[in-house]
Amino acid sequence: MDAALFYTFAAITLAGALATVTRRNPVHCALGLIFSLLGVAGLFLLQAAELLFAVQILLYVGGVMVLFLFVIMLIHLEQAARLRQYSRQWPVALAALFAVFLEIYVLAQSGLPGLPPSPQPRLNAGGNTERIADSLFYVYALPFEAASLLLLIAIVGAVWLARKKEQPQ
Amino acid sequence: MTFETLLPYLMAAIFAMAFPLVTGYLVLVERKILADFQARLGPMRVGPHGLLQPIADALKLILKEDTVPKDADKFLFYLAPLLSVVTAFGSFAVIPISATLRIADLNIGLLLISALAAVGVFGIILGGWSSNSNYSLLGALRGAAQLISYEVALGLSLVTVVMLSGTLSMQGIVEAQFNQRIWFLFGNYGLMLLSFFIFLIAAVAEVNRAPFDLPEAESEIVAGYHTEYSGFRWALYMLAEYTNIFIICAVAATVFFGGWLRPFANIEWLAYPMDAIFPAALLFLSAWGCARMKLFPFTALLGISGLVFLIPAVATALSAPFWFFLKVSAVFYVLIWFRASWPRLRYDQLMDLGWKRLIPLALGALLANAIIGML
Amino acid sequence: MPTTYSELYFPVLVQVLFAAVVAASLIGAGLFFGKRNRNSAKDSPYESGMKPVGSARERFSVKFYLVAMLFILFDIEAVFLYPWAVVYRELGIFGFIEMVLFMILVLSGFYFVWKKGALDWTLNPQRKAKDS
Repeated sequence: MDAALFYTFAAITLAGALATVTRRNPVHCALGLIFSLLGVAGLFLLQAAELLFAVQILLYVGGVMVLFLFVIMLIHLEQAARLRQYSRQWPVALAALFAVFLEIYVLAQSGLPGLPPSPQPRLNAGGNTERIADSLFYVYALPFEAASLLLLIAIVGAVWLARKKEQPQ
Repeated sequence: MTFETLLPYLMAAIFAMAFPLVTGYLVLVERKILADFQARLGPMRVGPHGLLQPIADALKLILKEDTVPKDADKFLFYLAPLLSVVTAFGSFAVIPISATLRIADLNIGLLLISALAAVGVFGIILGGWSSNSNYSLLGALRGAAQLISYEVALGLSLVTVVMLSGTLSMQGIVEAQFNQRIWFLFGNYGLMLLSFFIFLIAAVAEVNRAPFDLPEAESEIVAGYHTEYSGFRWALYMLAEYTNIFIICAVAATVFFGGWLRPFANIEWLAYPMDAIFPAALLFLSAWGCARMKLFPFTALLGISGLVFLIPAVATALSAPFWFFLKVSAVFYVLIWFRASWPRLRYDQLMDLGWKRLIPLALGALLANAIIGML
Repeated sequence: MPTTYSELYFPVLVQVLFAAVVAASLIGAGLFFGKRNRNSAKDSPYESGMKPVGSARERFSVKFYLVAMLFILFDIEAVFLYPWAVVYRELGIFGFIEMVLFMILVLSGFYFVWKKGALDWTLNPQRKAKDS
């Protein structure tokens, strides 16, 4: 069953990603991205990372994509979408794609070194959430605090971007 | 395949098929209670005391024309109500009705409900945007901004619950309330009452209920994001809304009121009075009420179920769902009470309340609970 | 008892699929039984009986963008709080100080936003003063 679910989620992810880059209507693109992100959440779940699964949906789908849709509506992208699309980067994109495939091929041939076998997940006892909390608050305490600094910068940046040029009377 | 492995799928099927009808009757109950608040009778014409009103409404909706406005984005217009319904129903999966009656006991149950609610926002945004109508777009924007504003306060108030329970599993939260011998409503020496207060306000805003029903404020923007929807497509939005209300009531009952546990679940000698006598008394009372309204078949039905509840074996089996649904109904009643009591907020008041009052208050409650919980 | 994650979560997926099937069949029933009688007036968007004015794909206030941005930031904070809340008793005073530091930094951002007036939705300060 795991294999079938994996291929289903992978197909959803890829189809969503394809829709994101091929659709003309930006709202349709956003919808494609939503499904792609949901597919990735499903893949997380198959890797027994249930907290990441929920956070992926909560933050990326429920937060970031709402922001994307707001921005699409805010700057009136439909008109831009009706114009002819100029994308001159496709040779670079093809080269990058080829490089990634090469990388995956080499890695698949040689095998990933140094990764310990993942322990069998135990259900309802010392679950995924506790293990993430453990590494987040003990092992990576400093990066965790640095994240708050990043959030602070993001808040200030958002307000700065949305500021008014002049105060209306 | 044993019965135990089939049970989740059976429950999922029952939820999915029964809830369209249940929604109809929730609307009837709401109309009746609102009528009572305003000293009216409410629906009385279709069937005795309007009991067949939901059926009539459903038949009417099926026969209605399903219109799509000109220049609407057809694909999104069709998809949006489906998205709302699907995300609302997904939350059923983690709500425990009793220790064994549940679809799935997930380690991240509470987070999954938040996540699905967050995805449900798209039903509103996409529906309003695709309609190509000014009212719909305004409603969608208001709705989306309101939902995400109050989601923060809702999440922060639920964090205090998690601090007490030490788990995100809904089942685990109820068990923690049993082990700690207290409903979390009164946890941390009564400090959790503040969290519940924040949760309740944010929850009402999350399900677009009065006094926070700005996304569908009929006096300003007709019907908000579903202005252009008709027939059963409109009904799907209503289905999603009432499903969400049920879910939020169930979450309140589960995390603050001990879920399926009877009151004083740790006191042994109260088992029979709480599991059998109280439900039976309540059913007899309802039977008497039905007799006064001349609904004699219901009198018989309720009376017999009351008698059945007095059998000890039946009482132990059915008391958990009974208490769960009683608590859910109580919270639902409070939500209708809100609607009957308060006028709608203005938009800037809504945003002020969410960002400047509830979020600082929720953070304060969180810190206070953390300090007291560690002592 | 389910033993793997996919077995544990499969009923959730089934629940979602059931809901989709029921919703789709309800729409199908509506399309099948409902009458169809279209005309251009009926197909135009509803604007209280008047002819629709302007486009419904209008641009709107930058405030909404700011709300969505702030929501993401606070959502990230809440997401960090959940795993912390699960184990905060075991983490003890160390974890508490860690989280307080984290919250102080994020809240100073919140204070900045508040003072900058990004949370004010009334343009006219006098009206606001009268209200409160």
